[in-house]
Amino acid sequence: MALDEIYKEVILDHYKSPRNKREMADAPLTCSKNNPLCGDEITVYVNAEAGKVLEVSFVGQGCSISQASASMMTESVSGKTVEEVERLATEVRTMLAGDLEPDEDVFGELVALKGVVKYPVRVKCAVLAWDVLQEALASDGAAAGSSPH
Amino acid sequence: MAVTQDRPTATPLDVARIRADFPILGRTTPDGLPLVYLDSAATSQKPNQVIDAEADFYRHHNANAHRGLYLLAEEATDLYEGARAKLARFVGAPQPETIIFTRGTTESTNLVAHAWARRFLEEGDEILLTDMEHHSNIVPWQLAVRDTGATLRYLPITDDGLLDLSVLDQHLTDRTKLVAVTGMSNSLGTLPPLKQLIDAAHAVGALVLVDGAQLVPHVPVDVTELDADFLTISGHKMLGPTASGGLYGKLEHLEAMDAFLGGGHMIDEVFHDRSTWNAVPFKFEAGTMNIAQEVGLGAAIDYLEALGMDAVRQHEIEITTYAIERLLEAGATVYGPHDATVRGGAVSFWYKDVHPHDLATILNEEGVAIRAGHHCNQLVMRRYAVPATARASFYVYNTADEVDALIDALAKAEGVFGF
Repeated sequence: MALDEIYKEVILDHYKSPRNKREMADAPLTCSKNNPLCGDEITVYVNAEAGKVLEVSFVGQGCSISQASASMMTESVSGKTVEEVERLATEVRTMLAGDLEPDEDVFGELVALKGVVKYPVRVKCAVLAWDVLQEALASDGAAAGSSPH
Repeated sequence: MAVTQDRPTATPLDVARIRADFPILGRTTPDGLPLVYLDSAATSQKPNQVIDAEADFYRHHNANAHRGLYLLAEEATDLYEGARAKLARFVGAPQPETIIFTRGTTESTNLVAHAWARRFLEEGDEILLTDMEHHSNIVPWQLAVRDTGATLRYLPITDDGLLDLSVLDQHLTDRTKLVAVTGMSNSLGTLPPLKQLIDAAHAVGALVLVDGAQLVPHVPVDVTELDADFLTISGHKMLGPTASGGLYGKLEHLEAMDAFLGGGHMIDEVFHDRSTWNAVPFKFEAGTMNIAQEVGLGAAIDYLEALGMDAVRQHEIEITTYAIERLLEAGATVYGPHDATVRGGAVSFWYKDVHPHDLATILNEEGVAIRAGHHCNQLVMRRYAVPATARASFYVYNTADEVDALIDALAKAEGVFGF
C-alpha cells in the first residue's frame, strides 16, 4: 500500500539513525532554513574546496521525511563536484514533482523519496535540505568553482 | 466552573440529524473509508442551508448591494443588510451599524490596526497581547507599532496553558492603550477570562479587542455584557462561507476611527484633493463586498440559533472531555487545560515519538483529517518547546465514534513506526 512506499525501511532507518547529523564548527559554508508551514528546521554545514564538496553534515528537527531526506542527502553529495551536486539537486526536485523516474545508479537510496510524490504538501519537507545545501553553496563563489582571477 | 451553569439546561444536539445536513460528511476517501473531519478550528464544514442560501442568492437575487434602483438591487441590499442584523443580534451588538462586514478575523484585526491604532497611538503607548495569540492577532500590531512608535507587550502563559494573571498588573498600566486578546486559543483551547481582562483594561483606560475567530462559533457571546470594544468574527469557522465575517466595534470608536480601504461606497463626497466618508458601517466597506458570502453567513447564524448556542457549547464540552480522556489514555501529551469546561474543542497533542506531520499523513490514510503544524501559534510552540503539534478540533457534527476512529488510527501510527 501507499504508506509502505513512503515510509520505506530506508526512510525510517535514516530518520531513526541519521547519518552525518552533527555540527561542523569549522565548516566554511553553512546555512539554516525552516519550513514555516510546519516548523521543520535544518542547518547544513559544507566543507567544499576548489569546486568539490568534501563533506556535508546537518542538524535539525522535524518530520521523518525532512530529516531522512537531509541524512540521505549528506551521504549522496559528499565527494561530488559542486556541478554534480547542483545537477543531482535538480533531478531530486524533478523526481519529487513527479516528472522523473529516477535512475537508481545515480540516486541510490534517494529513490526512496519518490513515494513522497503522492503527498504534495510534504514535498516541501523533502526538498528543504536541498534548498539549504544549494543556498550554502551559492553563498560562496569559490566553492562553486568560479575562478578568483 | 461550568460556563453554562447559570443558564437553562440546553436541549442536547441531535448530532445524527445535524450530520444529515452536511453533504460532505457523507463522502468517503479513495479507499472507501468514511471521512472523519477533525479540523473545524481551521474551517468548519457547511450545511445545505448555507450552501443553498448562497446559491439561491446567485440564482434569484444577485445584484450589487446599495447601488441600483431596481428590484434585484433592492433584494440584494435587503438580504445583505438582513445578514448584518442577524450577526449583530448573534453577538449581542446594540445595533446593526456596529457590525462591519469583512472577509474574516484577519481583515477585521488589520482594519482596527490601520484605522484605529495608526490614528491614535504614539510613542510611549503600549499594546498588550498574550503569548497565546494567533499570528493574525500579532503581526497587524507589529506593523502598526512600527508606524506609530508604540510598543508591544505580551502576557505570558502558565505551564497549564492559562494566561498568567499573576503578572497582569505589571503588564497592564496607564501606558496600555489596547489589549488584544483571543477569546479562545486555537491551539491550546484556553478560554481566557474575558470579562476580568476587559474590566481591568478599562480601569487603566485601555480598549479591548477580542479575537473571536474560535470563540464566536463555539460559545454564546454578548459583546454588550462583556463591554468589549471590538470583536473580530470569522464566518467560515461558524458554518458560513469562506470570506464571510465581520468586526463589531462600539459606535463611538467606529465613528472616531479613520477610514480603512478607500474606494466606492465608503465615501460621502469626493473632490480633487479630499473626500468625506460615508456613515458607519459603510465608511469601512469599500468596493463591492462579499455579498453572497455574508448572506450565506446569515443562514449559518439561523442554523446555529436553531440549535441553540448553549447546546452547541454543551456538545463541545462533552466531546472535548471524551477526546482528552481517550488521548491521555492512549499515551498522548495534551497541551492546554485538560478541563473541558474552561476550554474549547481545539485539542493539540503529541503522540509518543511520532512527529505531527508523519502522524497527520498516517491518520489521513485512515480517513481521519487532523491538522499538524504550528497552527499560526509559533509563540505557543516555543513556550512548550515543540516544533509543531497535532491538533484535532470538534464542532456540532462530530461524534464520540469519530473520537474513537482517531484513537484507533493512532494505533496504526505505532505500527508504521514499529513500536
